[in-house]
Amino acid sequence: MTALRSIAMLGALVASASACVTINIYFPAAAAEKAADRIIDDVWQLPGGATPAAPQPMEGDEK
Amino acid sequence: MIPLMPIVRAWFAIILLGVAGLAVAQGNLEIDTPAIAALKQSMQRRHAQLTPLYDSGVIGLAADGNVALRDASGVPLAQRGQVNALVAAENADRAALYREIARANGHPEWEADVRKTFGERWIDRAPSGWWVQRGGWGRK
Repeated sequence: MTALRSIAMLGALVASASACVTINIYFPAAAAEKAADRIIDDVWQLPGGATPAAPQPMEGDEK
Repeated sequence: MIPLMPIVRAWFAIILLGVAGLAVAQGNLEIDTPAIAALKQSMQRRHAQLTPLYDSGVIGLAADGNVALRDASGVPLAQRGQVNALVAAENADRAALYREIARANGHPEWEADVRKTFGERWIDRAPSGWWVQRGGWGRK
């Protein structure tokens, strides 16, 4: 009985572990795009940059 | 006989890890690290010097996530060295940024994917008038 339960547990363990690998092995493209946009906003000081990094007194930025 | 408690604990730990992985898959990449912040700041400062070069088409945004020297003919000879140095410094920061993002998320092997994503986003977000490389070079 307990042996059976251990085997079931082991099975669950293996299943969960493989699920993790499946999730992590692929590159999260959508998340990466969001991250890239946030960084580009900051570096180019575009409006919509959420981080109040360095509020520069620059009004007329080029279009 | 396998002792059960450690297995149960390991199982929960793995579930928690799985949830964390899911968060990455669905929402956000970690980009709030000191190394990334420092690179962003360095690039932000350099951007003021790069802007006129983008505007005049001397440099452009390459498909590989780098900045490329496109046409230096409009730059006085005396200043070409400085432009080259700016481009080299920018590309060094960009390479470090892509590497750091991949590393901060526990997947150094994602570096090339991060670079590719950035390559597309820099170009998509660039204001009109800048030169970008989509297949060939063209002006936005």
